Parts: sequence; C-alpha cells; structure tokens
Amino acid sequence: MSTSTGNAATLSQEREAQALHERLERIWRNPRGWGALAAVNHSTIALRFLVTGGVFFLIAGVLAMLLRAQLALPNHAFMGAEAYNQAFTMHGTMMMFLFAVPILQGLAAYLLPKMLGARDLVFPRLSAFGYWCYLFGGLIFTSSLLFGLAPNAGWFMYTPLSSNVYSPGINADFWLLGITFVEISTMAAAIEIAVSILRTRAPGMALHQMPVFAWAMLVTSMMIVLGFPPLILGSMLLELERAAGWVFFDPTRGGDPLLWAHLFWLFGHPEVYIVFLPAAGVVSTIVPVFARRSLVGYRWVVVSLISIGFISFGLWVHHMFTLGIPALAQAFFSAASMLVGIPTGVQLFAWIATLWTGRPVWRAPMLWIGAFLSVFVAGGLTGVMLALVPFNWQVHDTHFVVAHFHYVLVGGMLFPLLAGIYYWLPHFSGRMPSERLSKIGFWLTFVGFNGTFLVMHWTGLLGMPRRVYTYDTGLGWDLPNLVSSVFSFLMAFGIATVLLDIALHFRFGRKAPTNPWEADTLEWATRLPPASHNFASQPAIATRHPLWDDAALPQSIAQGHHALAEPGHERRETLGTDPVSAHAREVILLPSNSWLPLVAGLLLSALCLMLLTKLYLPALAMGGIAAVVLLRWSWVNGAHPSVVGSGDDARHARPAGLKLHPFTFDGPGLWGMGLTMMADGALYGSLVFGWFFLWTVAPQWQPPAVSPLGVWALPTTVLMLGLGRWLFRRVQLRLRAGLDRQLAPLLWSAALCGLLASALLAGLIATAPLAPTRSAHDAMIAFALCFLLFHAGLATVLAALQATRVQRGHVGAHAPYEPGVVAVFWSFTLGATGVGWVAFAFVPLAFAR
Amino acid sequence: MLLAGCKGSQSMLDPAGPSASAIAAVWWWMFAVALMVLAGVVLAWFLAMRPRAPLDERSARRVERRWLVGGGLVLPTVSVTALLVFGSPAGFHQLPLPGGAAAPLRIEAIGHQWWWEIRYPDGVVLRDELRLPAGRPVDIQTKSSDVIHSFWVPALGGKLDAVPGRTLTVRLQGDRIGSYRGQCAEFCGTGHAHMTMMAHVVPAEAFDAWLRAQSGTAAEEGKVP
Repeated sequence: MSTSTGNAATLSQEREAQALHERLERIWRNPRGWGALAAVNHSTIALRFLVTGGVFFLIAGVLAMLLRAQLALPNHAFMGAEAYNQAFTMHGTMMMFLFAVPILQGLAAYLLPKMLGARDLVFPRLSAFGYWCYLFGGLIFTSSLLFGLAPNAGWFMYTPLSSNVYSPGINADFWLLGITFVEISTMAAAIEIAVSILRTRAPGMALHQMPVFAWAMLVTSMMIVLGFPPLILGSMLLELERAAGWVFFDPTRGGDPLLWAHLFWLFGHPEVYIVFLPAAGVVSTIVPVFARRSLVGYRWVVVSLISIGFISFGLWVHHMFTLGIPALAQAFFSAASMLVGIPTGVQLFAWIATLWTGRPVWRAPMLWIGAFLSVFVAGGLTGVMLALVPFNWQVHDTHFVVAHFHYVLVGGMLFPLLAGIYYWLPHFSGRMPSERLSKIGFWLTFVGFNGTFLVMHWTGLLGMPRRVYTYDTGLGWDLPNLVSSVFSFLMAFGIATVLLDIALHFRFGRKAPTNPWEADTLEWATRLPPASHNFASQPAIATRHPLWDDAALPQSIAQGHHALAEPGHERRETLGTDPVSAHAREVILLPSNSWLPLVAGLLLSALCLMLLTKLYLPALAMGGIAAVVLLRWSWVNGAHPSVVGSGDDARHARPAGLKLHPFTFDGPGLWGMGLTMMADGALYGSLVFGWFFLWTVAPQWQPPAVSPLGVWALPTTVLMLGLGRWLFRRVQLRLRAGLDRQLAPLLWSAALCGLLASALLAGLIATAPLAPTRSAHDAMIAFALCFLLFHAGLATVLAALQATRVQRGHVGAHAPYEPGVVAVFWSFTLGATGVGWVAFAFVPLAFAR
Repeated sequence: MLLAGCKGSQSMLDPAGPSASAIAAVWWWMFAVALMVLAGVVLAWFLAMRPRAPLDERSARRVERRWLVGGGLVLPTVSVTALLVFGSPAGFHQLPLPGGAAAPLRIEAIGHQWWWEIRYPDGVVLRDELRLPAGRPVDIQTKSSDVIHSFWVPALGGKLDAVPGRTLTVRLQGDRIGSYRGQCAEFCGTGHAHMTMMAHVVPAEAFDAWLRAQSGTAAEEGKVP
C-alpha cells in the first residue's frame, strides 16, 4: 500500500484506512467490461482525453512529415497540389482542435480535483459526454482523409475560397460540421472546469491560496467560454451559406468575406493563449518544486494570467494587417499585440527569480522546462516583430510566420506538456520515469525541432510564401527547405523515443514512493495511482503549500480524519465551497455511472453524419430524438431519487450542518447555466456585431425601405417573455419564503407565456418578407429570428418540465434549487429578444431614408 | 557568402525600393535586439540553475523584485516603445496618402484563380507582369474576381490582399532597375503555388515611351472605349 510510509501509521490504522478505501471504492469505482463505457469518473475520462489527444497528435504529425517530404526538393512530385492542400489543412486543424486544447483539458480534468482537494469534477456525466463528442467528432473529421475528401482550404477556411462556389465538394463541410461537433466537448469541459474551480475547492483554499495551475485553467476556461462562440457562429453561418444558400459572406449580395475573417480571428487569437496559459500554469507548478522554494511573485503571476486573458481579446486584427484595415486601427492592434508581452515577461522572470533564489535540481521534467524557456522566448520575440505593422506586411503569409508559430506552439505548449507528463507520470502509473532514455528523447526532439524551424525564418525572409505545395529552384529556397526536412525527421525520431520511453516506463519504471518529487500541492496526497474517489476524506487547507506544511497529510486523509469520510449511503459526494473564501457551503451530489452520455454522443454523431451527407429530413428527426434524450438526462438530476437516494437519509444534513445541494438555493448547475449563458451571449453578441459590421462596410449592402420585422411582433414577444420571467421571480420568492403552494400553476403560466412568445416568433419567420438567399440583410435577420425562436421554445419546455417536477415532488420548498437555474435561461432569452428588437428593428429606423 | 544568400529576386532582404529598404533595415535592428534578449534570458536561466548559497529573506526579496520589475516590466515596456516609435514609420512609404508632388500612376492588379491581370490606364493589360517607372511612386489597386489573393513583390515592399468586393490601394516604388519576382501570398486554391508574376523596374523615360506605345496599340485594337 502506498499510503503508509512508515512511522506514524500503526497496523490497525492501516487496516482502518484500507477498509475506508474499500467502502468508498464500492461507491466510486467504474463498471467492468463493456460497462466501462458508462464510466463518469474524472480520472478515467481525463486519461481517455490524454491518450486520444496523443493519437491525433501522431496522425497530424505524420501529415507534417508528408509536407516536409514534399518540400524537401524544388518541383518535387511526391505530392500533388490537392493532396498537399488537404495535408496542411488537416495538420493545422487537427493539431489545434483535436490535440492542443483537448489534451490540456484532459490534463486539467485529471489534476484539478486532486489539486483542489475534491473527489471529482462537478458534472461527471458531462465530462463523459464531452469525451464521446470529442472522440466521435474527431473520428468523423479525420475519416475524411481516408476518403480523400479532407478539408483543403487551410485551417482558417477563408471565404470565398471555402464557399460552395470555390469548394464545391463535401470537404469544407467535414470541417464545419466535424469541428463544431468537437467544440461541444471543448465548451463542456471549459464550463465544467471553471465551475469546479470556483465551487469545489478544499475549505480554506481561498482564491489567493489556489495553485497557479488552477488560476491558469480558470482564466483559460473563461477565455474558451467567450472565445469559441464567434467561431461556432461563423461555422453555422458558413455551413448555412454552403447548404442553403443564405448570404453572409458573398460580397455581391450584401455579405462580406471580411466578416468571416473577423469572426474567425476573434476566436483565433484567444485560441493561441488558450493553448499557452495552461502550459504556463504547468511551468508555474513544476519550477517551484525543482527549485525547492515557493513561486516568486505569486500575485504578479496571477495578475499576469488574468491580464493575458483580457488583453488577448483585443489583438485579433493583427492577423488581418494585409486585408485593408484602416491605418489607425492597425496601429492600435499593433501596440496592443506588443503590450501582451509584458505579462508574459513577468511570468518568465518570476520563474527565473524562483530558480535563482532557490536550490534547483535537474530532473527529466526540468530539461523540457529549459527547452520551453529558450524556444518560447524566441517565438515570443518573433511575435513582437510580427506585431510591427510594416514588417508584418512583408512576412505575413510566409514561412517566417510558420516558423514563429511553431516556436510558440511547440515551445510554449508541447514542451511544457511533456514536462508535465514526465512530472505527473508517477501519478498516472505509480512508477518513476527513466533518466537516461528521457534524455535521449529530449535531445533528439530539441535538436530536431530547432533544425527544422530555425532556418525556416530565413526561408520566409527569402520570400517563400506559406501553403505552397512546391517551389521553383534558383530562389535560394532549396537548401533551407532541405535542411528543414532532414531535421524534421530527426524530430520525429525524438518524439518516437519519448513515446517509447513513456510506454516502457509502465513496465520497467521503478515504483514511486509517496510524493516522489517532494512537491507542495495536494494532488500528491492521493495514492499513486489514485483511487477513483481521490481522497478518503476531504481536508481543509491553510496555505498554498499543503504538503510542505504537513508531510503527514496523505496519511491523515487516508485514515479518514477529515470531512466526508464516512459513506453511510451509496451517494457520490464532494464538498461545495464559496467561490472566493472557500468556506464549506453545501455537499454537492454527483451522479454515478450512466449510459446517457454515450447514447447522447452517438445520437449527435448520427446527426452530424446526416447533415454531412445532406439527409436533412432524417437529420431533423434525429435532432428531435437527441433532444428527447438530453431532456431525459436533465430529468434524472437534482433531487430526483436516482441521484439523491431514498429514505430519510436523503434529506438529512451532512457534516457541520451542510445540506445536499439540491436542497439549497445554490449548486454547480446554477453556475454552469450562468457560464453557458455567457457563451450563448458571446455567440449572439458576435451575431449582432456581424449585423452592424455588414451594415456599415459590406460592399453591396442594401437594406429595404421598410423593415420586414413589422412594428408589433417583437415588442409583444419581449412582453410575453418578460411576463414569464416575472412569474419565475414569483416562484423563487415563494420558495425563499418556504411556501410550497401554487408553484405548479405559476410555472405552467410561465410555460404558456413562452409558448405564446414562440408562436409569435414562428409566425414572424413564416410571414415576414425575408429572402435570405438573396440578401445578407435578410439572412442575418432570419438567422437571428431562428436563434430567438430556439431559445423561446426551449424556455417553454424547461418551464413545463419544472412544473411537472413540482407536481412529482422533485422540486418544492424542500428542494428549491432548480427553478433558479431555469430562471437564468429565461433571463437570457428575454435579454436576447430585447437586444434583437433594438438591434434588428429599432436602430435601423435611425438609418432609414 | 552569407549576404549573397540574401540575394534572390523574391527576397525581401534584397530591396529595390524605399519601402522594402526601410522594412529590411528595421528587420536587422529587431533581429540584433532579439538575439541579445534571447541570449540574456538563456544565460539567466543557466545561471539561475547553478547551485549557490541560500540567500537571506531580505536579499531574496531584493533579487526577486529586481527580476520582476526590471525583467518583467521595464525591459518589455522600453523595448516595445522603442520598436513602435522607431519601427512604425517604415510603413509610411506604402500608405497611399493624398497630397505630395504629382498624383501617382494608378495600376489595377486583379487577382484571378490563378493569374494576375495588370491593367494600366488607356486599356493596357498585362498578364502576370508588371512594369514600373524607376523612382516614381505607383498606386497599385488590388481587386479580385473570385477569392482572396494577395499582391506581393518583396523587393518593392509589403503585400496587400486582393479582396472580392473591395478595391484596396498600396503605394509602391522601385528605385533599382531590374526584374523582381512576386507571388500571390494568400492561399487561393490548387494553383496558388504557381500564381507568380514579374515586376520590371525600367528607366522612367523608357516606361513612358512603352506606355504610350501600348496604349496606341490598345486604341487600335478597340480596347479603349
């Protein structure tokens, strides 16, 4: 047993700890055999993310080898243009969407509950669902290679090249549908990680005591919540343009190719920081351990992470400097792009200062940290160069940029990831990594990488554009390309060696002692490898370095000296705490193993495939079935007996007067809904941005003389939704007063309001003189109306479900939690409809002739 | 030998005009500073990893503050300010600002999949070829008949995209007589890699004579309305 290291534990204490462990494992363990597909435990799901991400990395890496083989010689006939274009599009897209973000989310999903002292993430079934969406979406997307139908318009899919006029095949649809499917996983994981960080930290782990990795993931998750929706919207619009002919990006009918560029880069720039920040968090975790002192400038580092989160949303135009942006705007984005180097620099020098004032030791993870430092700083410096507009005008779309972003992505994400993998290998497997083979793998990769990409800066300065499948001789590009290609094979050997090393250590690595690196953070207080429940009891924390302050913490946890130690029931529970101060507030109920996530994932895959193959009517039916399954899932939630259990025990207080969360007014679902509405708001906000953008600069924008929205329909809809929202408020006031009567009638009335609002919107869509295939003006309005109708309809359904749950006894004064969650959705729907009325009907009046 | 590697008709480090020259000069300055910063950081890392006697609380705090403030705040702020102030003017050459001596010659560069249609005044049209008078600024108006392309002759200056539905303008000037290669720099489909062009910078009088002769021919062929 790895929980006891000797002196303090007596034999009977060990036996007690083992008995406690087994009682908890009975509740928390994964099913065996095929049942493992129904597992929801975060460690299992996270490891699946890590392995799947690794596989996609290798596939994308092989694609890169093909590219380098083709470019090794001028006028090489190894690959034709079409194959090459598919290869580079897939390489970039897979690396960004199927490797970088999911694997970091997987690492975070594995580590965070352990670092925070919790038993699991807050939405276990959502974790599982996210994994299936990732796996199935990734498989559908990658399968396009097998059919020779892979997307071939570049990973940022500029229009009009990606429109159905210039990309008539199914290739672009693989991208738009497949990647959007995968993005469900990304969004779900981000929301879950953010809520888990805010609400399940160990008691006493106030925000300023939280590990830096948790801060990094909190900021990253918020960036995903706000940064991915513009791309999701853009993908929806482009797919609608391709499939149904609705005009959004065609400049001859009132659209604008620049709208796509803005929507893409509004996502695209935060995306690269989404990929970097978790890695920075890993570095901030590892450096103090091997410096054997606490991180220098904790507050500086946290403020830097938050600053990067904010500033990164104000930089996107630096990808568009050659698209004819006004000079003053270019100057602003140039300055902002350089400014973001400051918080990055603060973190860099915090790490150096930590080592300088510590007692550093070299171990396998530190080699990768050293590589990260040199390579990432080099990439950051070329990034500052690129931020200078005139220089950008020369090197944009050349191999200089390709070199730059590989330096920041490989240096700033892959190397820290490998450092983290080596560091946490003993945690995954209970065994130590090698020192020798890891060094060989490191040097091969490091030398191979630099050999490939350093000379590539030069190739770009010599004028070689990117995304060219071949080049003429005599331009000075021959030798640099050959050098890059040769070294790329060296790098491939390096990666293979690293993978071999990791694989072999599972068999030959020596067993790891408790806390083998003598780290300070809580994840090392579990068994190695960890039990499904992480901690037999949940400790309270007083400082940032729990394991440095109390080396016997692993034992006291295992012996059940802390909270939630006694599972006298069959429920999965973890402590719910205050978001700022982390005082214990309630006990969060977590669902157990379930087939719903897999079923829902399969249904959505079928839907995706039907849309891809243009079977629209079956797709509609499939969408309906999926909706039913998802609503069923939402039903077996909260105070439903399958989650809460039966008998008096279900309603009794837990330790120190804490209640189970469905019996309070707050819980993870409320926060999850709030964050989902923020994402929804970012999507809708992007739509409104697009509306005003097209109105002001689209070349052939032609608004009609009279708005097709009429005068009364939208305001009446707003009124109906407002009434429904007010009714929800009445419900919540009654619940707060402890009153149980009249809840159902109020909720049914709210549902009726929603039904009327939906009918008004549906009527408007059916009768308004809109021609979305003829003008972007009409297409934008039509899309907005459909968006609002979807929300009004869902609000109606959710209100009706709440009314039914009141009547079944799952919701009431004893379990007052859920109406508040649905009320948040109603608030969003009301607000969006109001904004829609102002933006699409009201403001245009001011511009009317 | 090293500098010979800079030559090449598509190299931006072998400038033939004021814009490209200014940008190339900025590049060399940035490169020098970046190299020093990188060397400094890597050196600091190695020194930091070396074993040393532990510092007392006070000295440790002083060291920490020096790194955070000096390295994290002062170094980036000073470098970035200097770069913006001294580097941005390199871009002014390409901005088609009104005013100045005489109205520059206007040439249209229309991107097609996968060739460049270069239109001069008076109906003169060239294919994948550009002729410029030495020493005189020329306004290139980019347009596209299909997808987004990018007009780029590195020896003369930075690129400007050709966006369907829009007309964008970049002011370029060639000072050195010669022929310089250009290439479409925005991925535009299967023929993207072959969408090249040649820019010939010729003496100004020779250019005027050529243009007159061409427009005469164009008028004869009925190209001028």
